[in-house]
Amino acid sequence: MLAWTIYLSFAGALLEALIGAVLPARPGESQRSAAMARWLALAIAIAGLALGIAGFAAGTGHGRITIVDVPWIASMGIRYTLAADGISLVLVLLTGIAAVAGVLFSWNVEVRTNQFFAFYLALIGGVYGVFLSFDFFLLFVFYEIAIVPKYFLIAIWGSTRREYGAMKLALYSFVGSAMVLIGLLAAYATAGSHSTGLVDLAHAGLPVSFQMWAFPLVFIGFAILAGMWPLHTWAPTGHVAAPTAASMLLAGVVMKLGAYGCLRVAIGVFPHGLDPWGFSFLGLGSWRDVFAVLAVVGIVYGALVALAQTDFKFVIGYSSVSHMGFVLLGLVTLTQIGMTGAVLQMFSHGVIAGLLFAIVGRIVYDRTHTRQFAELEHMHLSRRLPFAAWAFVIAGMASIGLPGFSGFVAELQVLIGAWIARPWWTIVAGVGIVVGVAYTWRALQKAFFSDLAPAQHIHDHAHALDPITWPEIAGVALLGGATLVVGLYPRVLLDAIEPAVKSLLAGGLQ
Amino acid sequence: MNYADLFRVTLPETILEIAAVVVLIVDLAFLRKSAQQLRTTSAAFFGIIGCAAAAWYLPLGVGNLNGPDGLALLSTGGAAACAQIAILALTGLCLALLVETLFTRHVGEFVAVMLMSAAGGLIIAAAQDLIVIFIGLELLSLGLYILTAFAKKSAKSAEAAIKYYLFGAMSAAFLLFGFSYLYGLTGSTNLQRIAQHSYFQSYFGAAALLDVALVMVAAGLGFKIAAVPFQLWAPDTYEGAPAPAAAFVASVSKVASFALLISVGTAALHVSGHYAIGQQITADVPEVSARHFGMNGPWWLLLAVLSVASMIVGNLAALAQSSVRRLVAYSAVAHAGYVLLGLAFFSYSALSARAVLYYILTYGLTTIGAFGVVAVVERATGSDRMDSFLSLHKRNPVLAAVLLVFFLSLAGIPPLVGFWAKFNLFAAVLAVGAGPVPFALVALAVAFSAVSLYYYLQVLKRAYVMPGPDESPIRAHPVTMIVLVFIAVAVVVLGCFPSLLGDWIASFYSLG
Repeated sequence: MLAWTIYLSFAGALLEALIGAVLPARPGESQRSAAMARWLALAIAIAGLALGIAGFAAGTGHGRITIVDVPWIASMGIRYTLAADGISLVLVLLTGIAAVAGVLFSWNVEVRTNQFFAFYLALIGGVYGVFLSFDFFLLFVFYEIAIVPKYFLIAIWGSTRREYGAMKLALYSFVGSAMVLIGLLAAYATAGSHSTGLVDLAHAGLPVSFQMWAFPLVFIGFAILAGMWPLHTWAPTGHVAAPTAASMLLAGVVMKLGAYGCLRVAIGVFPHGLDPWGFSFLGLGSWRDVFAVLAVVGIVYGALVALAQTDFKFVIGYSSVSHMGFVLLGLVTLTQIGMTGAVLQMFSHGVIAGLLFAIVGRIVYDRTHTRQFAELEHMHLSRRLPFAAWAFVIAGMASIGLPGFSGFVAELQVLIGAWIARPWWTIVAGVGIVVGVAYTWRALQKAFFSDLAPAQHIHDHAHALDPITWPEIAGVALLGGATLVVGLYPRVLLDAIEPAVKSLLAGGLQ
Repeated sequence: MNYADLFRVTLPETILEIAAVVVLIVDLAFLRKSAQQLRTTSAAFFGIIGCAAAAWYLPLGVGNLNGPDGLALLSTGGAAACAQIAILALTGLCLALLVETLFTRHVGEFVAVMLMSAAGGLIIAAAQDLIVIFIGLELLSLGLYILTAFAKKSAKSAEAAIKYYLFGAMSAAFLLFGFSYLYGLTGSTNLQRIAQHSYFQSYFGAAALLDVALVMVAAGLGFKIAAVPFQLWAPDTYEGAPAPAAAFVASVSKVASFALLISVGTAALHVSGHYAIGQQITADVPEVSARHFGMNGPWWLLLAVLSVASMIVGNLAALAQSSVRRLVAYSAVAHAGYVLLGLAFFSYSALSARAVLYYILTYGLTTIGAFGVVAVVERATGSDRMDSFLSLHKRNPVLAAVLLVFFLSLAGIPPLVGFWAKFNLFAAVLAVGAGPVPFALVALAVAFSAVSLYYYLQVLKRAYVMPGPDESPIRAHPVTMIVLVFIAVAVVVLGCFPSLLGDWIASFYSLG
């Protein structure tokens, strides 16, 4: 059943593309075909979310469920294996939520609407595919399918330096996936089992010496997309350049693709790559230490840089780097609680970052046409856009990890896990949280609650802000509701995540 | 050798020659006064019929044509038959894209030369003897020079043809020089006999002359596949030649030349005495590297050096191009580099041969499509500059979508066929060669395909992202569009179901 999330999305992408070919944009027609494209995309996204919810409800607590498993390329032993365990289910759910919210917040895309949604749905289909693949080759195929639509979404519909941001993002992604591809080829050749199934590879008894170099190769390859410092630089520029829905998806689900790959493939297939080297260099004794340090640096660095931004969207962009650091840190703690927290943080950050980008990019920027704090400070948005202000208060609270929101549960678990592994990781990461409060507060104050006198030219256009539309309200409600529900009752996701993490820790992908 | 054998084995070639004559007769005798469109259509039609007939009768001609000494001159069936069918199919596609051609009034001659050239390609694919190889190469090459020069009013076309011809003549000289050494060293012109003799000779030392011979042969064949440093003709030819001729050079000629390299590699492997065409090696048999290629040592090293140089130069030079045809030319150099890697680590089983054939077949298919799109855009805008592709998605959405598929496939993005071809090839390399060297080379190849995405995106960016000065629709002949869409669908379907083509190629290895 969950497999239909993939097929529906790709079918939707194809239909959207055909709308353009069948109904050429005649002056009178364009309005109608745009509306059709929107509703079609929304229907597909909602169907995907419904399937995701149903699959989640049906699959939680049943371990790993194989959905499809048929030979694909028989001569090389490659199979078309779709399966889902608790981790996949949570991330499919996240993708469904982000997809619906993304469509809602792109309701005002008027240019080449059908193409926009064609690329959008192709991206979503690829993301669903990655989360459901249990074959390394298949996972890689879906992973790469997701790259190209990102490029076009940003380059065509983006804003600030969009072609630069899009190309940078595409090349970073492609370099990362090239590293993963090398790892895939090497694992396939080394295992000699003539299978690329993740479970088969994990059981192939790959030599420890091989895992020692394959693990960092694949981990870094995926972690580029997860925004690991110092390879994160595509993230802020890409996020800022992207149109709202694309930045929501980038932060919401695409960065999770990277983190998911780190977890499912790098850690799942090459677990011995995390073993101690047997010697210590600068206090680092294993790849685990190396990546933990990079993650911790990312947390603090992202937060500090976010504090210094003058562009509202850059603040959110860098905060994503910081929050994704928690995911990576949680993964390399290799503790039950830390890894559970990491998966929960993927969900939590996906929802919260989506909400923040929606507020900045759609609700505020599309009305004020500026994201500079220096100009926003004079606009008194808390009075003129109270909905945006309060939505940002909620999202900001969730983002800094206030109890009652999903971020709190997730980051707390990661920090506990890190404390069990190495206490000083927790201490440094804790600094990142404090700075996180500071930059969120600063953004909130400067963008919405500033009491500076309105500038003259802005005052003249005081009436010009469009009213809030229903898709925006629905989108905020969906994303805000999700973080709140998970924050108040984390069990709903933890019941799915914990057994999956437990079996992963107990002996790879069994 | 008797004439019955000769006729049987060269049946497809004969059919192509007959088709060429029919095309000429119909065009010159009956349609002399007719409209250009009708002449083009009829020539292309008869050409395609000829290709189809040749492919249809191909299985009848499976077997060996032996020389007076009892050694094979031509050996059809197996890998050769597979390459031959591919050559015929790709020639047919090139012909189908010929409709509404404007560069010449003598379409009949053009088609006839193309068919004769294709016949040369068929001979190369099956040749087992140095002299037959050389005849096939010359038959193919002479046709290509003429095709390149066919746009008589274009100075670029003439320049390209002269360059191509001079380089070709020089490389033919190198090749002959190398062949003469091989004959002198081994006393035979048969590939397998040569491999055998040179293996034993070099085993006991004294292989210096053999090295010279192999370098010369590599230079001659490197020219045909445009491997660095013998690639200098490629950009000019791709740019100057009429589009159908360029597509033909880029696809059919490549397939034929790589089929020849497969024959060479296979012959070398016969030496070890274990290998027979059609023998399906099971997965458990350890792969033996052909590194001691009968011709001991230097051959794989030569191919590996050519491969690395081609990957680096091709990809980096493509980054700097502003003409799409030159870009495709340099990318062709890079692709030749990837394939050479598969040939350098040539497998004991049919694994490598299959992977190489798969790669080059799908590459030829995709490139023909790419040239088809370039030709349409060129006709509408008068140039193949990247900026001619500006806002193509508005001017002809289908054409833009088709171009997207072709270029992403060339860049190796799944689920398109180019990705699977690369994966398959690199997996074969790693299966054959153990150790850090093949691994490093594969890593280099994968890294450079990441680079290649950049220049393909440069074209797609203009087609989809950047606004253009002119947004009037571009119209293409319905036949052209149908062929292009067909190729694009094939690229997608073969990419989603790689086994379709893979199993088809594998089936030729049990024909014996």
